[in-house]
Amino acid sequence: MSLPATRSPELKTNPSHMKFEKLRGTFGYSLTILSVFIILLAVISIYIFVFSKGLSTFFVDKLHLWDFLSGTEWNPTRSEEAGGPVFGVFAFIYGSFVVTFLAAAIAAPIGIGSAIFMTEIAPKWGRKLLQPVVELLVGIPSVVYGFTGLTLLVPFIREHIGGLGFSLLAGVIVLSIMILPTITSISVDTLLTVSPEIKAGSYALGATRWQTIWRLIMRASAPGFVTAVIFGMARAFGEALAVQMVIGNSKRMPTSLLDPGSTITSVITMNMGNTVPGTLENNVLWSLALILLLMSTVFIFAVRLIGQRGRLMS
Amino acid sequence: MNAKIADRIATAVFVLIALLLVFILVGLVGYLMWRGLPHISWHFLTSPPAFSEAGGGIGPQLFNSIYVLFLTMLLTVPIGVGGGIFLAEYAGDGWLTRFLRSAIEVLSSLPSIVVGLFGLLVFVQYTGWGYTILGGALALMLFNLPLMVRTSEEAIRSVPRDQKEASLALGVSHWRTITSVLLPSALPGIVTGAILTAGRAFGEAAALMFTAGMSSSRVDFTDWNPFSPLSPLNPMRSGETLAVNIWKVSSEGLVPDAREIAAGASALLVIVVLVFNLLARFLSRWLYKKMTASSS
Amino acid sequence: MDCVSEVLSGEATHQPRWFGSLGAPQALQERLAERAQDVPAVKAETDVAIETRDLHVYYGKNHALKGINITFYKNEITALIGPSGCGKSTYLRSLNRMNDTIPTAKTTGHILLNGEDLNRPDIDVWALRKRVGMVFQRPNPFNKSIYENIAFAPRFHGIKKKSTLDDVVEEALRRAALWDEVKDRLHESAFALSGGQQQRLCIARALAIEPDVLLLDEPAAALDPISTAKIEELLLDLKKRYTVIIVTHNMQQAARISDRTAFFYEGELIEYNPTHKLFTNPDKQATEDYVSGRFG
Repeated sequence: MSLPATRSPELKTNPSHMKFEKLRGTFGYSLTILSVFIILLAVISIYIFVFSKGLSTFFVDKLHLWDFLSGTEWNPTRSEEAGGPVFGVFAFIYGSFVVTFLAAAIAAPIGIGSAIFMTEIAPKWGRKLLQPVVELLVGIPSVVYGFTGLTLLVPFIREHIGGLGFSLLAGVIVLSIMILPTITSISVDTLLTVSPEIKAGSYALGATRWQTIWRLIMRASAPGFVTAVIFGMARAFGEALAVQMVIGNSKRMPTSLLDPGSTITSVITMNMGNTVPGTLENNVLWSLALILLLMSTVFIFAVRLIGQRGRLMS
Repeated sequence: MNAKIADRIATAVFVLIALLLVFILVGLVGYLMWRGLPHISWHFLTSPPAFSEAGGGIGPQLFNSIYVLFLTMLLTVPIGVGGGIFLAEYAGDGWLTRFLRSAIEVLSSLPSIVVGLFGLLVFVQYTGWGYTILGGALALMLFNLPLMVRTSEEAIRSVPRDQKEASLALGVSHWRTITSVLLPSALPGIVTGAILTAGRAFGEAAALMFTAGMSSSRVDFTDWNPFSPLSPLNPMRSGETLAVNIWKVSSEGLVPDAREIAAGASALLVIVVLVFNLLARFLSRWLYKKMTASSS
Repeated sequence: MDCVSEVLSGEATHQPRWFGSLGAPQALQERLAERAQDVPAVKAETDVAIETRDLHVYYGKNHALKGINITFYKNEITALIGPSGCGKSTYLRSLNRMNDTIPTAKTTGHILLNGEDLNRPDIDVWALRKRVGMVFQRPNPFNKSIYENIAFAPRFHGIKKKSTLDDVVEEALRRAALWDEVKDRLHESAFALSGGQQQRLCIARALAIEPDVLLLDEPAAALDPISTAKIEELLLDLKKRYTVIIVTHNMQQAARISDRTAFFYEGELIEYNPTHKLFTNPDKQATEDYVSGRFG
């Protein structure tokens, strides 16, 4: 089968060059595989390492799981006569959950409200104004939130509300501001997917804006709002430094919002650097890290579940 | 009438909430600037910290922050773009891809302290390096990869399909189509993602305190050989960053002006984050304009 | 479905209705008659450029093309016409295996280029697409300079020398009748060109790799009448060197420029004949109805 004569000589396929291009393609593809492999390896090894370290408290040091989770006394230096060190972490778990839920309870209405303002009340200038605000709030580093809490909020609580200032309440307020932009931006994304026809139909029927928002838009966006709040809670639960700086780091069980307390992350932050690897006290901190890891996984899968149910419903 | 009154009240409430959000940002930034700016000076930015008396600076910390950021981006951008290319161009929709996507999602939502602890275990203890700038950069890379992968994938996917088809129809290989046609067009998105990643990395502390360490080893700013132990460029020395320093001096600072140092450093951090944010905005807009030029 | 029954039951009239609506029906009719002598129903084996035998294309479960047999001759323009979704574009895309880029697509049957079956899995698609070039509906120049748009593929296919590349670019632009318009701004962005110029650039880009066959998928659909006229003129010139296959929605365009026309309907080839015959005295009632504007 002869080639047509119009072909210019330079353009005859050069087999060695094509072999080189083929090699280059394979090499490039391998590089992308390598990138993906690094990510997979990292995630898998994070789980394996944290699990193996976190579980050794129970399997190597034979600490009783229930004593660990439900105990309210934390005293790594208790003398042998008094029964040896005790590691009850219930107060920290309790602290983490309390600050997370309360922060979400404060941030959810403000975040969702801001999102509704940006998309329904003032879709043009409101969004132009608040979008950068939200992005900047996301960008502010957590230590800066912690510093502000420490120098502004803690003295304020001490002087005007009571207690030491270092308190669960301070942690709650700092966290609620930190997760506000997360909740707002995901809520905005959700609201933008509500179809304009639904809204137009509602207005055409004579409904007021509030009725349309309340009856139609809120209902249509409910799964998205839940997702937004869960993402916010995930951020709050895992936040370490900002909380640690304002919460007071008391190892005792808090009885009021004005009491100082601890969270899982604040205990890890405070003690990880001061304990010797392999000791029981160090392993216990890894067990706390394991709880963090598990909770963050739970949050992710909760979001997925909602996403899937939302898709099934629509 | 009742419905109308309810509507007015609701609108007022939403406006108040929006104002609150603006107030929080303005108040926060304003407070930090008011507290911090007076303390920022050339001396403050370049001097080493003092041990027990007032008047120390944050010079080494600032340098470490920039150096850690540089190493982090050096690792994160190629791997992140590689992962983005894989997901946008090569991945099918089998279980492996779904697993990969879940893994990236999980990694992106891991608390930074967990990543820091993993770094402590692997890059500090198992490798025997101790606290190092490299270890910090590796931990930050893990923390930032998901964001980089996601923005790269989105940027590549947003390139019109007809560009890819045009290249493939010319008999050009898939890989060269990716590198010569898709990536240049996706550049604005990738650059934006990289800058946002950088902003996040610059302010991160929890992932660094147990990897890059909480002390700055003695460095000699006249020695720029990266292999020499006293060189600031030596990645195997411990290096406290600005964000870690804020945490340290606020919670256990011994110097009398600890609060002022933390305030100055916080203001600096916020300014840098603002600059990164604006940079991302303008650079991507500029690149986009430059690339689409004026058609018609 | 209504239109199908209409097609099948419609009466044949020997004066297609659309003739009345054309600007210069007399001229066009004369042109069709004049070309009738040049286009014999069947040509010699040596004049065959590309042919398909029993070509089927499936998109998942959708049977998009049902056993298409067409023989295209060298130095002719063949038009593929038919209503939207009839499979004409799918057919065109199968000729250079662009359907391979759609994961769910499956192609069976034979595509013979110079007697070589292109639809074998072991065929080198890069080399194949180099021999069968393609131009798309919307002008899709790369996000590069005019020069780079054309030099990109030849460089990939192995031309390294700058002077050779310069020659290739100039020659391609000349053949696409674009050289005089752009020779002074070869290094400006291709996006700065007008829509019609962009489309001619895309044709030049396809010509630069010296194909035997040029596929065009509604190349003038997005252009104004003047640009369209330029493209048509260009195609009439190009057929002296290449085999041109063009999908078009515009029957007048098919009548104006093509030597042969294939009419597709619902994934099947209804009729393939010299253009003058297909438009003035078609074999099939459905063709008659379509070209007379009764449906489509």
